Formats: sequence, structure tokens, C-alpha cells
Amino acid sequence: MSILHTVNKSTYERDTLEACVRLAAKGGSVLLIEDGVYSAMSGGNKSSVIENAKDLSFYVLGPDIKARGLGEDRLIDGIKVVDYKGFVELTVSNDSVTAWL
Amino acid sequence: MKFSIQVSEGPYNHESSVTAINFVKAAVEAGHDIFRVFFYHDGVNNGTNYATPPQDDMNIQKTWSELAAAHDIDLVVCVAAAQRRGIVDEGEMTRNKKDGMNIMDGFRISGLGQLIEAGIESDRLVVFGD
Amino acid sequence: MSDAKKFMYINRKAPYGTIYAWESLEVVLIGAAFDQEVSLAFVDDGVYQLMKGQDTTEVGIKNFSPTYAALGDYDVNKIYIEKESLEARGLTLDDLQHLVWEDEDEDWAEKDSIRVVTSAELAEIFEQQDITLSF
Repeated sequence: MSILHTVNKSTYERDTLEACVRLAAKGGSVLLIEDGVYSAMSGGNKSSVIENAKDLSFYVLGPDIKARGLGEDRLIDGIKVVDYKGFVELTVSNDSVTAWL
Repeated sequence: MKFSIQVSEGPYNHESSVTAINFVKAAVEAGHDIFRVFFYHDGVNNGTNYATPPQDDMNIQKTWSELAAAHDIDLVVCVAAAQRRGIVDEGEMTRNKKDGMNIMDGFRISGLGQLIEAGIESDRLVVFGD
Repeated sequence: MSDAKKFMYINRKAPYGTIYAWESLEVVLIGAAFDQEVSLAFVDDGVYQLMKGQDTTEVGIKNFSPTYAALGDYDVNKIYIEKESLEARGLTLDDLQHLVWEDEDEDWAEKDSIRVVTSAELAEIFEQQDITLSF
């Protein structure tokens, strides 16, 4: 079984991403959406939350990055950008979806 | 694949309704079926036809209504959550003696069992909320 | 029921400050009638939902905490509490309600519904679910 986790909070304001990383089994995928995309930026004092979670694959929703004026070139290395179509594909390629609210 | 969606936040106040709309559009375009969208908590406010957003902004309630008509999507507003927040259809208007009703075309009010059933009947349930 | 799906309710929010905890419990109670395999997880501030001694009289919001004790009667008896969340908040199991259920197969013996599990154990339990509802 593999899970697609969605996180929609900035890690600078809430601990949602930390909870997801702590409770996601190895091999899981995490998609950052809405304000969750702020957690995908490199060079911040919370970037380590993602950088240290080596057992998980991270994705970020492109339209939400663009809406917030964040450049893809500033993402933490290894994070993949997907559009809504890619979001749907991730829900299909994983066995279930867990939203971290 | 058969999808169901839960929307837990009100439109405009939170991005989740719009994310859900964009997800539903993408899923339909990819050839998937949307079995049901279930609106819970303040998400029931997606189902009012009393909203008049500015013309240069997205009309979220109307967008749902149009999506439902175009793709035969079942939009269900939770009755318990709707009663707390004043979303009323004809049945609720009569039952609770209200002066009018405000349910948007394409939405219906029903019980929480519809959410559980959506989980049972669908291949994936995706939750959008706060 | 062999074709029953596994439903997991993840509760991460404290009661009263927002309505999510109460409306989540309403789903669990309705969902219990569907004969699915139901589990509840309380993590982060969600553990506060089960605190003993809740008294809302001076606030005026309905105190729904007694409802958790009825879950056993609804055959909802897999209630997971994340150990790390409890510890991070300086809480122990003694701070929480004692939730039990009666096992029909063992002459209605009373058993604990709450299981305290580590993050790693809970991650594995999440992997086994078909449907995860988040509140």
C-alpha cells in the first residue's frame, strides 16, 4: 500500500507538515498544495523538514506556487512540480489519499 | 477510476473549494468519474444561491452547479451541517418553517451516510479542507 | 463482512475552539451503521478531545465529550492515540477518558478501546486503510 499525503499549511505557521512526515510510512508521497507550497522553498529555517525526510517523495502543486509568486528555481532540490492533472495522477498511482488538515 | 470528494471549508474564506473544483475538472478531463462531492462543516456554504460575488471574481457556487450539470456530478450538502449554517432546500424550508430556500441548482441536502457511502462506492476519496 | 472497507478517521484538532472535533464524531456515529471496519486516530491537538473532566457550562457550547464513551456500543473500538503527541503535551493515558467495549465473542468481557501507539506503528496502521477521513 502506498499513500499520497496532501499538506496545505505553511510549515512556518503550523506543524502540519511535521505531523505528516512523522506519520507517513517509508515510500510515501507528499503533495504540497495551497499554503503548503511555502514549505517547499529552499534556504528557509524550516527547509530541513523536507530535506531530512529522505524516505518520502515530495511534490508541489505548480499553480499554487505560481499564484504566490514563488519561482520553481527556488524549490528544495528533488521536489517535483505537478499541475492538477499530475495531482489526479498521483491519487491514481497511490492506493489511498490522506489529507493532513 | 471512481472518485469522491469531501469539501470541508466555505468558499472564498479558504482555497480548498477552488482546489477541489480544479481537481474535479482535471479528473473529469482525464476520463475519471466523480461519484459524489460531499460538502461538510462550512463547506455547505458552497451550496447557497444567495451569494453575489463581484463580477471579476470566480463564482464558486455557480461553478459547482455548472460542473454538476455538465458531468452529472452528485453534489451533496450535509443536512446536519446545513441546518446549523442556514442552507435550506424545499424540504428543509417546509420542515423547519423557513421563509425561503437558498440551495443552488445541482445541489441536494442529505445525510452524513452519503459521505460514508461515497467512501464505500469510490476507488478514492479525496478530502479538501483546512 | 469480507468486503468491508477500512475507514480511518484522523483527528488532529482540539475540541470547542473549532467545530471539527464534534462534527467528526457525528460522522463516526452515523458511519458506524454501515458495517465497515472503523478506526479512529487522535494525534497532535486531537488528543485533547479525550480529556477527562470537560465542563462547558460557563462557555455555553454543548459538551460532547460523554459521547466518546458510547463509541464502544457502536462497535467502534479501535481508538489509536499517538504516544509522541501525548508526551509532547505532558499528558498520560490517565488524563484521558477510559473508553471500553464489550466483546460479544468472550461473554461480553469489557476491553479497552484505546491503544497507545508510536508514530511508526501508527504510520503502518495508516498504510492498511482504504479510506482516510481527516478532521
